[in-house]
Amino acid sequence: MEFRKYEKLNEQVSICTLPNGLAIYVIPKRGYYKSAAVFAANYGGSDMKFRLSGEWHDTPAGVAHFLEHKMFDMEGGENALTLLSANGASPNAFTSSGMTAYHFESTENFEENLRILLQFVSRPYFTEESVAKEQGIIGQEIRMTEDDPEFAVYQNLMKSLYAENPIRISVAGTVDSIAKITAQTLYYCHEAFYNPSNMVLCVAGDVDALRVEAIAREILPSEKKETAERDYGQKEKPVPASSLTVVKMEVAVPLFMAGVKLDAPAAGPERQRLELLMDFALNVLAGKSSPLYARLYAEGLINSTFSCGTTFFPGGAAAVFGGESRDPAAVCAAVIEEAASFANGGPRTELFDRLKKASLGDEIRSFNSLYGMCVRQSAGHFAGFDPFVSMDHIAGFTMKDVSEAILGSLRPENLAVSVVRPVKGES
Amino acid sequence: MDISRKEIMPLVTLTSARTEKFKTSCLGVTFCVQLDKKDASKNALLPKVLMRGCAGHPDMESMSAAMDELYGAKILPLVRSKGEVQCVGLFADFADDAYVPGNERILERVISLVGEILLCPATKAGLLNSDYVESEREKHADQIRSIISDKQKYALLRLKELMCAGEAFAVDSLGNVEDTLKITPISLTKHYRKLLETARIEIFYCGSADSGRVEAALLDAFSALPRPEKEVCPPGTDVRTESGPVRYFTESLDVGQGKLALGFRLGKIMLEPDLAAILVFNAVYGGSVTSKLFLNVREKLSLCYYAGSRIERHKGLMFVASGIDIEKYDEALAEILRQLELCRQGDIGEKEFSNAKKSVVNELRSMMDSQRQLEDFYLGQAVESLEFSPEMLAALSSEVTVEQAVAVAKSVSLDSVYFLTGKGRSA
Repeated sequence: MEFRKYEKLNEQVSICTLPNGLAIYVIPKRGYYKSAAVFAANYGGSDMKFRLSGEWHDTPAGVAHFLEHKMFDMEGGENALTLLSANGASPNAFTSSGMTAYHFESTENFEENLRILLQFVSRPYFTEESVAKEQGIIGQEIRMTEDDPEFAVYQNLMKSLYAENPIRISVAGTVDSIAKITAQTLYYCHEAFYNPSNMVLCVAGDVDALRVEAIAREILPSEKKETAERDYGQKEKPVPASSLTVVKMEVAVPLFMAGVKLDAPAAGPERQRLELLMDFALNVLAGKSSPLYARLYAEGLINSTFSCGTTFFPGGAAAVFGGESRDPAAVCAAVIEEAASFANGGPRTELFDRLKKASLGDEIRSFNSLYGMCVRQSAGHFAGFDPFVSMDHIAGFTMKDVSEAILGSLRPENLAVSVVRPVKGES
Repeated sequence: MDISRKEIMPLVTLTSARTEKFKTSCLGVTFCVQLDKKDASKNALLPKVLMRGCAGHPDMESMSAAMDELYGAKILPLVRSKGEVQCVGLFADFADDAYVPGNERILERVISLVGEILLCPATKAGLLNSDYVESEREKHADQIRSIISDKQKYALLRLKELMCAGEAFAVDSLGNVEDTLKITPISLTKHYRKLLETARIEIFYCGSADSGRVEAALLDAFSALPRPEKEVCPPGTDVRTESGPVRYFTESLDVGQGKLALGFRLGKIMLEPDLAAILVFNAVYGGSVTSKLFLNVREKLSLCYYAGSRIERHKGLMFVASGIDIEKYDEALAEILRQLELCRQGDIGEKEFSNAKKSVVNELRSMMDSQRQLEDFYLGQAVESLEFSPEMLAALSSEVTVEQAVAVAKSVSLDSVYFLTGKGRSA
């Protein structure tokens, strides 16, 4: 077991890898009532096309998310949600484009809860009947997200940006795509992706790292297995597949999201640096304390829902900005114009310096939530980076790095815009 | 965690929770006033206007700069209702001194900035800056209009308005568009002065500093605060235990999924409310993943993706919210009510009951690990003049008997049913 200490943050982490390939991170936290555990697979909505034992497979959209729902069913009719909850834990799970995570927080019986978590995620049990029933529940979840304008504005932007990358398709799939899922599909995908070498276990709280390791060894299969190779389509050109998507929904004020593709390394510290640098640079450009934000806000072009940032997913990444606005085109034009002005360096040193200072508070804040730390560590493990060293990366950024990041990405010809307009009234 | 309460100025009470486990500290300063249609919009708008600028930091950019310099301190307007008490103010969240370079003492500086924002706003000719009032007024109106984007929230808001028509509780904590648009710099300035002079103020601090240090900093920052001799009319909530014949409301929007929301009155038990029993009953009925609503309406019948209940403890209400297939209205409504009937008949298994209690206990104890939740809990306590901690409530909850929970179920009565359906279809 390896120990890493982070003096400035007053944090430490114990790390080990079991013979079956499972990586385990234990973050000791004293004084908390809760402990948290996240058990995650490097498998998400984007992993639809993959090769296993030399053979390529095309699976319907929504399998990873469907599997997440069904994993809670245990052999003998028990349900893991009920078991964990009955044992004093708050369990849940989520599926993103690149990860499926099962987690709980509990104020008592931590070890027993950890056993249940490892058991139900590693031992699939599906029947055609239970799959059919879940199609009803997930069908309602899909309907719910289809009525959600924030979801629509994001999903439509991804569709506009990419021609092929599976991020174009919703993680949950569609009512039609999930109708094609059978118990057999689920067993096969579990086999392909839920082997310990493709998973990570992160625990935070007042817990003993050696006990966590011992329990994982006891419950999980001991052999190492092949992990599927995935295909996210061809590397795409910087220009978007389409530059504008507009839909009408039940909203009061138009909503927009605009973005550009980023050329992101697959994994490793370079990816982490790019993510932090782009987020930081976008903050200098259009964050809450930038002159651009103040101007657009005072002119009434944006309101406090405006934000900017990056999104990273399998096979790609994007820099995005958006919020509610009655004139999305004017906001986009202003952002692009401001980005171009970074060529002249400009009088932004003062802003740059104080944003570095401000980033301290933002980083520190993220170490208050045990669950949040486990999720960041899980994502960091799959992307090959260490979430505890973000501050060191940020400290090293120069104004030149920021200018290059902005100028290299936010070009007008690469921008795609997605807008949700009200059904009635304004057009 | 050491928790203490003290009235530090007339009608200004500081609740201080000392702990070193978090890396940030928080400070909530909240004006507690009677929820009332006439003033609600003004109350809700006020903190947003104050955040636009103060004497020392007269515009948005300099205000943001001041927060950046305090290592990314976040000061945000916060508006809520606790029953029929409207709670408006500022919530600050900032790095703890221990994590700031050189262990610089920033607590005093943050408290001083909060004091300046509240007491020395940017003015023009003795009035709150008219540009800020007008700009925030339009944005506030848009925020209220935009509630419609979140259909679940919107359905609950409409239910509350229709069910409690004629009661103060029908007024949303944000106010309404019509009254918001009537606000002028003069009317808001007058209201602001009245609030400073008369409102009860609740302050909550959680962090590593002892209460003496926090109190000293507050007394310094708030020395210019005008205070009344005594409270003229303390804010409170009118609890109605009776409900008449059930009322049914249906409205339509262009949506794919229907939202079914039910409003109940807790009834006679509110004459002498046993909060622990109410929470446990709620967990049995619909407030947990082992509840009757979750297990039957969602899991067994797959009628919806979500169906849950929650309690408004101050007003003595219970709301059930669910997202359903529009065609399944009758079936879902019948099942939701049938599950309540089972609670009333005492049809609660031993395991089921202990699961419910565990979930309440876990939730309450988990609260001790979140500054934001602690602040909100203690504000609710202050509004009711109650002293017990989440831990004490957790201990009481673990002692609740089936009979006590059944007594709550028997006291609950359905008041109103609201259905948000798609266009061109009816329930």
